Amino acid sequence: MTHSTITIEINDRAYSADVEPRRLLSDFIREDAGLTGTHVGCEHGVCGACTVQLDGAPVRSCLMLAIQADGRSVRTVEGLADDAGLHPLQQAFLDAHGLQCGYCTPGFLMSLEPYIRDADAISEQGIREAISGNICRCTGYQSIVDAVQLAAEKMRLQEDG
Amino acid sequence: MKPAPFDYVRAMHTDQALELLASAGDESKLLAGGQSLIPMLNFRLARPALLIDIGRIGELAYITRQDGTLRIGATTRQAQLERSKLVGEGWPLLARAIGWVAHPQIRSVGTVGGSVAHADPAAELPVACSVLEARMTVAGRSGKREISADDFFVTHLTSAIEADEMLLEIAIPAAPDGAGQSFVEYSRRHGDFALGGAAVVMPLDAEGRCAGVRITLMTAAPVPWRARTAEKLLEGSAPELAMLSAAAEAAASEINPTGDIHGDSSYRKALARTLCLQALTEAAATATPPNATGMDQ
Ligand SMILES: Cc1cc2nc3c(=O)[nH]c(=O)nc-3n(C[C@H](O)[C@H](O)[C@H](O)COP(=O)(O)OP(=O)(O)OC[C@H]3O[C@@H](n4cnc5c(N)ncnc54)[C@H](O)[C@@H]3O)c2cc1C
Ligand code: FES
Ligand code: FES
Repeated sequence: MTHSTITIEINDRAYSADVEPRRLLSDFIREDAGLTGTHVGCEHGVCGACTVQLDGAPVRSCLMLAIQADGRSVRTVEGLADDAGLHPLQQAFLDAHGLQCGYCTPGFLMSLEPYIRDADAISEQGIREAISGNICRCTGYQSIVDAVQLAAEKMRLQEDG
Repeated sequence: MKPAPFDYVRAMHTDQALELLASAGDESKLLAGGQSLIPMLNFRLARPALLIDIGRIGELAYITRQDGTLRIGATTRQAQLERSKLVGEGWPLLARAIGWVAHPQIRSVGTVGGSVAHADPAAELPVACSVLEARMTVAGRSGKREISADDFFVTHLTSAIEADEMLLEIAIPAAPDGAGQSFVEYSRRHGDFALGGAAVVMPLDAEGRCAGVRITLMTAAPVPWRARTAEKLLEGSAPELAMLSAAAEAAASEINPTGDIHGDSSYRKALARTLCLQALTEAAATATPPNATGMDQ
């Protein structure tokens, strides 16, 4: 099968690799770019562990070929924190016990970050809809919902100065 | 859990995709959003030799209204349909249906055309196409043709699209003036494929009697299933509870849904009756006779 060289921008840095068309985006991120923060659970679209953002929208990286993302921009969990420290959402997960084993966490964060960024108002129902495609076997979800509400509150306080 | 090898080519225009399809033959498959196809590749349930990626064909990503008909290009993302004001205002049943499709992460990539072409009887958009009497435009070597929803869905995961053809557009007429509309479904968790569902369009005549009611059941048969006996039963009657119950009973008595680990056949039949009645009741509550002034109600 023909290989081709593709380039994907991940967290503002360009990564190029020579890949087979069947290379999944999740494998490109983990193996070719070496960014192992993105986790892989089921590899058929049901668990959400592999969620990343493609041009700002949450997508499942196990349900996309790397070559489909050629020339596009991806953001992974490594792109959330900056020099100042953890993203408020990450900090809130820590403070509100939004994780236990942490396997599902990168997927939750990447699904939730666009939700808190874009939603007009944060509601429990809205949060639950945003994470309906993510499975967590540890927390029972309530502490995740609490974490998002905490993060939203902190971010609002920050904005208000 | 990794796909078997295949070749890949990206089409940027409809004509290019059609040429590729014509020359590639049966061994090729169109790749739109990949949200149904890639799981099948990962499981190796599908092993095409060539994937023709149509996901970036911009000229097929549109939602417009023309003479009261909604026209949706095949590569329009499901998320775009979900956010469309035009759809929300003029096609409330479709807007309800799209909210039930999978999860945000899947709707951001999955296309409207891919969902319709995939022809899963447990999928929401095919049910909406059936009850709203959509018409699909497909194109191939021998030119373009239009197919009614009834003829389009052939059986489980099979549509009337030929191997060298591609779905270009879904045209959805507006429901008749004042028609009641409803779309209901039940699944264990929001976003999972439904265990059952029902969609109803209920136009009334000037006397407030049913005139051309349409009912489609979800996951009831290998295709989105128009409950025509129940539709006929309602014709000319006022949509009162006893009549609606009889119609739901008639609809459920004709189906023989396949059972699985999530619910056996008799459970699904009972669920279909309940959901059908719920959809009929909801539609009746929102239906108004043509030119109703609101005074005489
Ligand atoms: C976890 C999960 C849950 C889901 N839940 C639901 C749900 O609740 N309800 C629901 O409706 N769907 C659900 N889906 C499926 C999802 O909606 C898919 O997006 C959709 O079925 C297919 O659209 P696609 O663009 O991804 O198509 P693809 O996966 O790219 O293609 C699907 C099929 O259609 C063919 N095809 C695509 N476009 C065309 C075209 N223009 N012309 C001809 N053939 C074409 C392809 O060759 C392929 O055979 C779910 C998927 C997952 C992974
Ligand atoms: S690994 Fe992608 S959804 Fe489970
Ligand atoms: S924290 Fe363990 S799966 Fe979610």
